[in-house]
Amino acid sequence: MTVARAASSRRSFLGHSYNLVGVVASLVILAWTLVAIFAPYIIPHPIGDIVDDDYFGPMRQGLWLGSDYLGRDMLSRVLMGARYTVGISLAAVSIACFSGVVLGMIAAVTGGWFDTCLSRFLDAMNSIPSKLFGLVVVAAVGSSIPVLILTLAVIYIPGAYRFARALAVNINTMDFITVARVRGESTIYLIGSEILPNIIRPVLADFGLRFVFIVLLLSGLSFLGLGLQPPLADWGALVRENIGGLPFAAPAVIVPSLAIASLTISVNLLIDNLPQKIRDRDA
Amino acid sequence: MKSGVLNLVLKRLAIAIVTLLIVLFAVFFATSMLPGDTASILLGQAATPEAVAGLREAMHLNDPAILRFLRWLVGLLHGDLGTSYANEMPVAALIGGRFVNTMKLAGITTLISVPLALTLGITAAMLRGSVYDRTVTVLSIGVISVPEFMVATLAVLLFAVYLKWLPALSSVNEAHSLADLVRIYSMPVITLTFVISAQMIRMTRAAVIETLSTPYVEMALLKGASRSRMVLKHALPNALGPIVNAVALSLSYLVGGVIIVETIFNYPGIAKLMVDAVATRDLPLIQSCAMIFCLGYLLLITAADIVAIMSNPRLR
Repeated sequence: MTVARAASSRRSFLGHSYNLVGVVASLVILAWTLVAIFAPYIIPHPIGDIVDDDYFGPMRQGLWLGSDYLGRDMLSRVLMGARYTVGISLAAVSIACFSGVVLGMIAAVTGGWFDTCLSRFLDAMNSIPSKLFGLVVVAAVGSSIPVLILTLAVIYIPGAYRFARALAVNINTMDFITVARVRGESTIYLIGSEILPNIIRPVLADFGLRFVFIVLLLSGLSFLGLGLQPPLADWGALVRENIGGLPFAAPAVIVPSLAIASLTISVNLLIDNLPQKIRDRDA
Repeated sequence: MKSGVLNLVLKRLAIAIVTLLIVLFAVFFATSMLPGDTASILLGQAATPEAVAGLREAMHLNDPAILRFLRWLVGLLHGDLGTSYANEMPVAALIGGRFVNTMKLAGITTLISVPLALTLGITAAMLRGSVYDRTVTVLSIGVISVPEFMVATLAVLLFAVYLKWLPALSSVNEAHSLADLVRIYSMPVITLTFVISAQMIRMTRAAVIETLSTPYVEMALLKGASRSRMVLKHALPNALGPIVNAVALSLSYLVGGVIIVETIFNYPGIAKLMVDAVATRDLPLIQSCAMIFCLGYLLLITAADIVAIMSNPRLR
């Protein structure tokens, strides 16, 4: 993905170049991470409790984000939703990137028919639209948290593979790899100690982008009712269950949408504002 | 050199066909992992084991997966998409009208979003760094960063709730006049246009900016060509390949987009049909819908690749 340059707001402070947008974005991400970890301890009401006589109640004291379609506290539900959205996406993106990067590096180092077959196969997997893949798998094996994590991971392995392989192929032509090969080093040593340190920074930036894709896909699936099943609810599911409040612009349907947007936009902005050498594909 | 291009294109087409086979197998395999036995689901709880075994035999469910796959494939080639489990109708009949609806939606969206996105993308690239460019860039990043359903809900909030211009839900059957038609299609089309255009604007802008940074464009600038002449006469013809590539790639996002949009707006297209089929676990229907989507997606990305090959002057 080509990245818009936000060079205008870059400042220098004590020799470190930092960027206001990047700092704000990291703060938002940090905040959501903390919420995801500590959600059970900070929610004002248990998520299943009906605390409001009215449904789709407005924002007011005590119910800071209003109430949902059953009169449950929206703030608590959104805070707990962060757990599922961030947790599932993080688990999925970790699996996807780990498998993709390891396979990509092995393919680049070994080459030959292994590389060709794997690349062909994963390219074919990439030709299945992601939402469709999710739909079919959920139809086939039903929806549960492990299934969701694995499905999301499988969908994004080909992309991570392609990205890592392209980087690793470049490194693979370098002299120090040839030297290591001549020394008789094993494939595991080659990918772990010679290639990985040289591609880790763009791979981490790619990790962030893929995290955004996964959050969006997970929310989309949950919105279709194919993601997390009640009583659990991630942000996409919260939008779905409160969609009835849309005609009167209830906070219950707007707030979870904003939560998703704040997370994904922050990650995108953070990556866009990373120093050039970390971000660039051919760094 | 002409044959070089032809070879590359043929190779790309061959890859597309192999990919299609793999994708078809993946779809078939995924849907046949369905837990529970299709035969016993069909016959219900009260079925005797003998009846279930008989139906399994009749439906060839005891055959190895690869054999069933081949049989399904041969059926496809004959235009036989199978019979829906849920209501015993041929899948082809169920899909027919719905497919036309979805194509209409996709077609109208394409007609609106392509000119819109190209204009915005190219002008943003021309005025790179200006307030206009930054507004367009930030907005398109914003739209890309949020899920499609959020674009849809925001559109409903804005146009149906606050402005009260359009109805929130649409039903194609109620269309009696042109005005009705506009009202029905506007919400889904607006949502899809936003989603598709954002992608297209970004890619188009990137393609034009890349061309604008080449030496021959600098040459045009140095010889004193005006800015518009520089872009329209010198840069655009060369950026055309990458732009068409960007258009085709962006249109492939329609596939994901329609799934969400048809569900939200209750639009009777194949995406809605498929989501409903997932709910009722109607295998043949899911397989056929998935196949149509994969085919469309594959066509678009293959087209994008072929355009990229053809437009590369070094290969011509």
